[in-house]
Amino acid sequence: MKHATPKATRHVNQNEGLIFEKSSPGKAAWKLPPLDVPEVDTAKLLGSAERKDLGHMPEVSEIEIIRHFTRMSTWNYAIDLGMYPLGSCTMKYNPRVNEAVARVEGIANGHPYQPEKISQGALQIIKTLSECLIEITGMDAITLQPAAGAHGEMTGLSMVRAYHESKGNPRKKILIPDSAHGTNPATAAMVGYAVENLKSDSRGMVDIASLEAQMNEDVAALMLTNPNTLGVFEQQIHKIADILHAKGGLLYMDGANMNALVGKVRPGDFGVDVMHLNLHKTFSTPHGGGGPGSGPVAIKKILEPFLPKPVVISHEDGTLGFEYDRPHSVGRVRAFYGNFGMFVRALAYIQANGPDGLRQTTEDAVLNANYIRKGLEGTYDLPYDTPSMHEVVFSDKLQAKKGVRTMDIAKRLIDYGFHPYTTAFPLIVPGALMIEPTESESVEEMDVFIDAMKSIAKEVEEDTQTVLDAPHTTRVSRLDETTAARKPILRWKPA
Amino acid sequence: MLKAIGARSIDDLFAPIPAEYRLNRDLRIPRQMAESEIVDFFRQRSRENGDGYTSFLGAGAYFHYRPVIIDSLISRGEFLTAYTPYQAEISQGTLQSIFEFQTMICELTGMEVANASMYDGSTAAAEGVMMAVRLTGRRSVVVARNLHPEYREVLATYATHQGMPLSTVGFSDNGRINLKELEQSITPETACVLIQSPNFFGTIEDVDAMAEIAHKHGAMLVVSIAEAVSLGIIEPPRQADIIAMEAQSFGVPLGFGGPYCGVIATREKYVRQMPGRLVGQTVDKQGKRGFVLTLATREQHIRREKATSNICTNQALVALMVNIFMTVYGRVGLKELAKQNLAKTAYAANQFSKHGKVLFADSPRFNEFVVETSEDPYAINGRLLGHKIVGGLPLKKFYPEFGNAALWCCTELTTRSAIDTAAGLIAESERSVRSAKEEVEEVTQ
Repeated sequence: MKHATPKATRHVNQNEGLIFEKSSPGKAAWKLPPLDVPEVDTAKLLGSAERKDLGHMPEVSEIEIIRHFTRMSTWNYAIDLGMYPLGSCTMKYNPRVNEAVARVEGIANGHPYQPEKISQGALQIIKTLSECLIEITGMDAITLQPAAGAHGEMTGLSMVRAYHESKGNPRKKILIPDSAHGTNPATAAMVGYAVENLKSDSRGMVDIASLEAQMNEDVAALMLTNPNTLGVFEQQIHKIADILHAKGGLLYMDGANMNALVGKVRPGDFGVDVMHLNLHKTFSTPHGGGGPGSGPVAIKKILEPFLPKPVVISHEDGTLGFEYDRPHSVGRVRAFYGNFGMFVRALAYIQANGPDGLRQTTEDAVLNANYIRKGLEGTYDLPYDTPSMHEVVFSDKLQAKKGVRTMDIAKRLIDYGFHPYTTAFPLIVPGALMIEPTESESVEEMDVFIDAMKSIAKEVEEDTQTVLDAPHTTRVSRLDETTAARKPILRWKPA
Repeated sequence: MLKAIGARSIDDLFAPIPAEYRLNRDLRIPRQMAESEIVDFFRQRSRENGDGYTSFLGAGAYFHYRPVIIDSLISRGEFLTAYTPYQAEISQGTLQSIFEFQTMICELTGMEVANASMYDGSTAAAEGVMMAVRLTGRRSVVVARNLHPEYREVLATYATHQGMPLSTVGFSDNGRINLKELEQSITPETACVLIQSPNFFGTIEDVDAMAEIAHKHGAMLVVSIAEAVSLGIIEPPRQADIIAMEAQSFGVPLGFGGPYCGVIATREKYVRQMPGRLVGQTVDKQGKRGFVLTLATREQHIRREKATSNICTNQALVALMVNIFMTVYGRVGLKELAKQNLAKTAYAANQFSKHGKVLFADSPRFNEFVVETSEDPYAINGRLLGHKIVGGLPLKKFYPEFGNAALWCCTELTTRSAIDTAAGLIAESERSVRSAKEEVEEVTQ
């Protein structure tokens, strides 16, 4: 397929210094209304606690601020500019209706401690979203309190620990496959568990024999991503659950890849006891340059007593409220009730899709990943030929012969107008290229991507240095990360 | 596309999922809705959610004016729909803005380094404490009882699994931490003292004295700041070792409790034990200034179970709101804004003290104060709701000994007329309690 318009072209890009370099005394972008109460003598009220000076905080005008941030924004790549094939990160379209409804007055300005009587709208949103997510996951109960996926992991493992403690022994360790996200072992450590690695088999799945050998009464849970980070569904999932359950262990599912399952299969139906969701992945809330996320944790009945408090309940008169009296709760993991603004967005997304839409979203995500796999098979090495779900993992084995590694290819992809795929992860694939198109991409955008990847592979053979020096078209070239870490400059200082 | 892949149907692609687990029915969730219906649904929920009320609630979530350019700028797709800036060459916008955020947080807190954000003030406090535990090699923690009660609960959850014994230090009649008790509660095993200033009652702590006591015993001082606007007029806790902050006041909507923006700031020498992302300045191959995520060897994606924290996704877009807010108000505006908060609060406390009893009246405070009434504050608040006013937070929920006391908050948005209405209702309440008492006395005489 030929494309009349190339994906990217260079164009004039505004430079912009640091805001502090534009500051000068007397400029202002703020205006306060006249005081309707008497002025106060701050020295008298505060004494030695009074602050005299705000140091080098900037003084700039409104148009300068608008230009400052607008100019900087143009230096970012974004989903709104094109395909963002970061594997495991699920960079799907962020619908704008989500943003609009999150800003409706009573939703944006609700105070977390306002009386329940005038909080019924927010409580209804929490309840409705909870019910939808319970149905989607096939679990029995849920908490929306965790602020992100890793925070959800901590909440889930805390409940696992509380469960085992209630049986008289918290147990000692968590099994984690070698393909897992880094947050899994880091979380296990935060919850006071030792981490034991679990090998993958030749098809990239949990090695059942190893699991059987390693499973014993010291193991509290297995943390499993399904589909795993190779984009492969763990076909023996129920056997895995049985091995754990037989020795009293629990199955934790990292729901980072839930977007491959929604509407097609439910973790609760295949033996999962506890799992987190990432509303900023599967349920379309924006990544915003790194957050905010939201990491609800869905659980089976056996873990319900340990849910973080408060939980939302229905009163006898039909109104909703919070219940704090939860004697077996793991406690709070965050002040208030979680990243409520993300609940609003996720619920709007579920409503915009409905049952049919959610199912089709999953099907399209899997279809797209397989289309890219087919398009690039042969050009890039496919270390595991197990069927792919929502993402596909290649390796740089063929290109490495020319001294070109996955990061070089990724950087060259930038020149073609795309954000790189995920590099060097999962760890079980040396030189991984992890590609996740999501359901948002059209076949046209994916064809441009496939052509770009093929063109880079050709460049590796014919013009290696161009790839090694990439990117060539960005406002900065590759940055010196070594010096940045060795002599950290973490803030601006006046000259 | 199916043909290109070599599949007959979409179901072929789901063949790896064992047939017995596949869902062969529709999900039981609400039907698909049109955009107009979705907007209507949330407008309806908004009407049921305190829309149109004036509120005197603070307690860790503050209603300040949000300049409109915050939403104009954060709505730009290049900020809104970008991922974590791992690919520095095409993320300079996010990276430079975080670098400016880190700088301004340092300027305001008097610290030397600040991270790119934590989930919120409560988790930042817990992570700040865990950082002090790593730095001192000690394990136990002394926690101020006038630290936000929900922050204390969160710390307790984190501490359970870390084997960190917690003890509590109480406050005196002036609402501030009892320094003698503090001195006695620190042991050779104390890693840090965690306090809040302005504290949960709105009074400002003697941070320097507490730092001296902590340091004398080889412990660190971790200071939580829940009301960021206070930094415009209150001297920051410069003697602290770690500051764990909630920056919601800086341009972040109340949003029924989140998303907010936690931050940790500290001394440069402690940076390698910090949790969370950090942006640093460097140069590209041509020597041009640029910014990158740095010191990643602290983080989970590199260090796995040996990382300083499991945090990955943070609150980047909220930190951008905070950044724009700080830029708008800047060196002069933040001070003037804080002064208005101070003036409104002084006026309100004065009006309330004519009828109810304002506790801790002699301690310096910022924009919150505690009022004790003869009647149950829930009853007074119930009547205030009729005037579309949400009264102060009754404290017995967290501090049973306070009985009929409530925590009130005023910001620059609180009007004199709302203050007068609330004060009027408290006056009425006091009068009716008094006359009821007199009747009882007459009867018994």
